[in-house]
Amino acid sequence: MTTDGADLAKRRFLTNTTAVIGAVGAGFVAVPFLSSWAPSERAKTAGAPVEVDISKLVEGQLLTVEWRGKPVWIIKRTEQNLSDLPTLDDALRDPASENDQQPTYAQNATRSIKPHVAVMVGICTHLGCSPTYRPEMGAADLGGADWKGGFFCPCHGSTFDLAGRVYSGVPAPLNLEIPPHFYKSERTILIGEDGGAA
Amino acid sequence: MFKSLMTWVDDRFPATKMWNEHLAEYYAPKNFNFWYFFGSLALLVLVIQIISGIFLTMHYKPDGAMAFASVEYIMRDVPYGWLIRYIHSTGATAFFVVVYLHMFRGLMYGSFKKPRELVWLFGMFIYLALMAEAFMGYLLPWGQMSFWGAQVIISLFGALPIIGEPLTLWIRGDFVISDATLNRFFALHVIALPIVLLGLVVAHIIALHEVGSNNPEGVEIKKHKDENGIPLDGIPFHPYYSVKDIVGVIVFLMFFSLVLFFAPEGGGYLLEHANFIPSDPLKTPEHIAPVWYFTPFYAILRAVPDKLMGVIAMGAAIVVLFLLPWIDQCKVKSVRYRGLSFKILLTVFIISFIALGRLGMLPATPFLTLLSQIFSVLYFGFFIALYFTSKNEKTKPVPERITK
Repeated sequence: MTTDGADLAKRRFLTNTTAVIGAVGAGFVAVPFLSSWAPSERAKTAGAPVEVDISKLVEGQLLTVEWRGKPVWIIKRTEQNLSDLPTLDDALRDPASENDQQPTYAQNATRSIKPHVAVMVGICTHLGCSPTYRPEMGAADLGGADWKGGFFCPCHGSTFDLAGRVYSGVPAPLNLEIPPHFYKSERTILIGEDGGAA
Repeated sequence: MFKSLMTWVDDRFPATKMWNEHLAEYYAPKNFNFWYFFGSLALLVLVIQIISGIFLTMHYKPDGAMAFASVEYIMRDVPYGWLIRYIHSTGATAFFVVVYLHMFRGLMYGSFKKPRELVWLFGMFIYLALMAEAFMGYLLPWGQMSFWGAQVIISLFGALPIIGEPLTLWIRGDFVISDATLNRFFALHVIALPIVLLGLVVAHIIALHEVGSNNPEGVEIKKHKDENGIPLDGIPFHPYYSVKDIVGVIVFLMFFSLVLFFAPEGGGYLLEHANFIPSDPLKTPEHIAPVWYFTPFYAILRAVPDKLMGVIAMGAAIVVLFLLPWIDQCKVKSVRYRGLSFKILLTVFIISFIALGRLGMLPATPFLTLLSQIFSVLYFGFFIALYFTSKNEKTKPVPERITK
């Protein structure tokens, strides 16, 4: 390129402004492409609430229902389970449920609306596996006599108690999530809505 | 006739020039050994994967409702579909086998050192692209392992503070792994990443041919040239190494065929048993482990009892490999002339890498987690110790020319 008698400062200015404007334009063009990866309207509307009949649930039984593509567990805990819960507090990371993993109406000792019935999202807070239900007392592979029933995540060994509270010293950082839910009647729960309670 | 045709082409496109620069007049050291097969073998596997992959896309359906069945359709109903799919799945394992051996060669003979830092960096980016390619490809059969493996890996991004959760949502395109995720991973797997991969392979080879190949002695052959400017210890890549590599190709294809025809599932290590069950978002398989080529990093992730720190440690285990040319400050390249400290460190590193690979396949019991922690410390210890010892290493004198 010839430089004879050229205004080099002007040339540089034009080159730089062209480059900057071009980069800004490329940035704007990227927006629709990157946005197309966000959940579509169809995906967003798919998360309708789910109604569950719990009248046939017996003590110790775990019922899994699907809500927003995730497993939601409903467990009927025994009297023994409930009295065991406070004894575990010292071994847990967040025994009083201080982290925001539940609606306020489930921020209590049993992490539930009704003490016996627990409702929680069955997805490990570590990396999203679904833990296994291990209700048997004193399971040898889970710490023996100290094990009062709970959940064991097969992926990375995280453990939770029967209120979905995470044990300390495992990879999962938080208690299991409690979804918004309320009792439509004595025997049915609606998962996905608060019913105005929150 | 042919000569005049070539002249006609050469006047318009540098065909002969490129042939000479990269093959007929590319002078490679005369002492390449066994370890130098794996570069060209990686190229061969890339071709195998592209061809078998193209034919799989002709029958596969990237749809949450149809994907699993379409893979079974390929396996049962498409003529030779089973063969094409097994070629592709065996190819994935073969790719990582040759790439790991290729990387170990570089580590052993100091091929990442000045002036080959960019060759190493391009190579590391190829490795990264390959991992992304393998991960996304594994989602496509839409079995239990596909689903839950992807769930775990995508959740890794959720460990990042603040941006983590929105980022995972953006990657999945849904609140859970779903049809949206499958469809975009398919697009990335069959078109976006292969293009990136091919570009990086070209850059890797151009950078290599610019600086010239290293060799088991770690001697720069360009230091001693004859009157025509040809390295005295160099021989033209074609025909010498092109012919030699054919021997490597034949032996490689024998092993490849053994796996392909007699153990395509590799006892559950190459195609995991749980992946023959359609994906079920409500139930995680009893034991979940990634395919063998990811397990060393997976073991490091599990070894750390903290979500964010575990993810950082796993990322660091890969990032630290990129930095190798600047961590290792020893001027001597080849392990043959390096000090005892390097030989010990390299042995410890290889043992920990293999041990972590094994541990990553096993369930997380307290004892095995402790072992993973020990080997993770040794893995990182290699780089730290290398940084401090390599500068003042007691090396042997390096010969001027290649004598062996």
